[in-house]
Amino acid sequence: MYRYDSYDQKLVDERVAQFRDQTRRFLAGQIPDEEFRALRLRNGLYIQRFAPMLRVAIPYGLLASRQLRMLAHIAREYDKGFGHFTTRQNIQYNWPQLERVPDILADLASVQMHAIQTSGNCIRNITSDHLAGAARDELVDPRPYCELTRQWATFHPEFNWLPRKFKIAFSATTTDRAATQVHDIGVHIVRNAAGELGYTIYVGGGLGRMPMLGHPIREFLPELDLLSYLEAVLRVYNRLGRRDNIHRARIKILVKEMGPAKFTELVEAEWTQIRDSELRLDAQDIESMKSHFDEHPYEPGAADDTSFAAHLRQDSAFAAFAKRNVKDHRVDGYKIVFVSLKPRNGVPGDASAEQLDILADLAERYSFGEARATHDQNLVLAEVRQSDVYAVWQALRQYDLATPNIGLLTDMICCPGLDYCSLANAGSIGVAQDITDRFESLDYLYDIGDIKIKMSGCMNGCGHHTVGHIGILGVDKHGEEWYQVTLGGSAEDDASLGDRTGPAISRADIAEAVERIIAVYMQQRHSEDESFLQCYRRVGMAPFKARIYAEDGVSA
Amino acid sequence: MTILLLDGRVAADEYLELADDAPLPASPVAVTVSLQRWQHEANALAASGSKVAVRLANTVDITTLPDSLLACPMIELLFPAFADGRAYSQARLLRERLGYHGQIRARGSAVVADQLQGMARVGIDAFVLREDQNPETAARALHGFDLAYQGACDTLPRVRQLRRSTSATR
Repeated sequence: MYRYDSYDQKLVDERVAQFRDQTRRFLAGQIPDEEFRALRLRNGLYIQRFAPMLRVAIPYGLLASRQLRMLAHIAREYDKGFGHFTTRQNIQYNWPQLERVPDILADLASVQMHAIQTSGNCIRNITSDHLAGAARDELVDPRPYCELTRQWATFHPEFNWLPRKFKIAFSATTTDRAATQVHDIGVHIVRNAAGELGYTIYVGGGLGRMPMLGHPIREFLPELDLLSYLEAVLRVYNRLGRRDNIHRARIKILVKEMGPAKFTELVEAEWTQIRDSELRLDAQDIESMKSHFDEHPYEPGAADDTSFAAHLRQDSAFAAFAKRNVKDHRVDGYKIVFVSLKPRNGVPGDASAEQLDILADLAERYSFGEARATHDQNLVLAEVRQSDVYAVWQALRQYDLATPNIGLLTDMICCPGLDYCSLANAGSIGVAQDITDRFESLDYLYDIGDIKIKMSGCMNGCGHHTVGHIGILGVDKHGEEWYQVTLGGSAEDDASLGDRTGPAISRADIAEAVERIIAVYMQQRHSEDESFLQCYRRVGMAPFKARIYAEDGVSA
Repeated sequence: MTILLLDGRVAADEYLELADDAPLPASPVAVTVSLQRWQHEANALAASGSKVAVRLANTVDITTLPDSLLACPMIELLFPAFADGRAYSQARLLRERLGYHGQIRARGSAVVADQLQGMARVGIDAFVLREDQNPETAARALHGFDLAYQGACDTLPRVRQLRRSTSATR
């Protein structure tokens, strides 16, 4: 994985010193609240409902064992013993003390981590496919391009005070696992007809209160022109993005109001001016970045193992785990192991210090010292020899990390909601638990199959509800928590925004509503090969709506 | 009393801000005028013998400005709110696209210690500090970082160049 050289380290250390000084001046009354807010957000620090919250960057979701151990240490030393993985592959701590945040940042810097630009109206953490480098279906490993982009975006002097936050995601596969079309910029790494590597650039996607899918503004951008093109997009946005209304300030609104064609024209005109500047990459830049993500020394005989198959036959619990949580690695004899952070009665995405430590050990022992965070709020040990999967599973099981539910209904995306977040209108963690309670039977969950429920406690949409197959959005109605439901969203290659079922549903009835939606699907589907999403797209809203709001039904 | 930081040091501000409806000074001095006035009264301003600098709103499209602006000794960019970063792009375009070599000055709510180095990096070289600012803190903050990932309009060493030269000597 990418390791800092002395320059990267120096910049991060200087940032810690800068924020320490800013914190000191704030506490001494020398920086106004509102301005310190903007500065602390650029260092990941929020002031939440009950306490500050610190969001730590995990660039494109990749973590080394020693970094996992540091995350565990921070959870113990500065928090209440756990952290929360987010839908942007970051981790959040909900109980740090403001005065101690500079110390946390210094601890993070000691393992080449930081919280830079994890919030604020600037370019945020670059996200990507959590299976990058291990997936069978990828064209190239997207991470070198992500890291080049991360460095370009870090402390970019011109784009630190944008109209609004700005998120960039990369994908290099035909099955988009990074939700790129709901990002401000989605970069698809592709090859053109001539076989040259490059990118398709999508701009203007986003969730929140006006969800939109990105527009492809450039079909093919040559490989070396990545940064100049991103700079052109950002410059047009910084100059022309709306600043009069925070709800109209994302780039998606600029693209929409101006029209994608006109927007594209401006970007292309700007790009022409800067294409041949020092922003242009050279082959050496790319090669040396790629060398940071070199192949692991995979064992040639790994595929000869027969124990994996034998364990599958002999141990049905292991077989259940393997069915949902283990995927093929691009190298024969290796497997990708998903660590579920969605146990029964747990908070989706939470991991305790003890669990983080164990994962650090397992990664070190079995996965070349690396783990990944997914945008579905799980973790992955992506490079496990198949002969080791059984041992990994046994260890995971001891620490409640082996729930065999990846991609199933109980593998819900869920924001922190009203329990923590000061923006939230309604709780989401409790709803997730109520829904999980209704689907206790693993057999039934398997029968339902692949389905993505995504839930947000407010329309900012951190829980990606608009692209959930079933989306749940918490709203406040006269001081009570209600929930709007959408069906048919997707963040993958067939990206679409969900359709509203009808009036919002009460807190007491929301789990019932989900159960009914599933019942309709089970009744309507042609066979178990027809997924929920396919079924919904075929039969439409009517049967679902009729059942959800039937008179014996839920109060809406 | 406003403080001007120029080349990292407190300096005297020679310019007088001239409102659009204020008469031209009788004897030659240094003034700043709005872009509008500069465009409409070009001849009178030239005839006055005064040193004339131009104030630009942050909504002005730099690429549409006339070449004659390049002869201005100073251009003042306005930061009307702490978090409004439009003038950052203006400064870069002035330097890089138009090749402007005169002084670029920042004035307004964002001209505080915590933004100065960013402003300097995009080519701003004079700062009218916001009134609550301590000039020593501000001058120090101009040097918070001593290298940078991106090329811009400043002389900070670039990480990419440093890497290339280290790998060349290796």
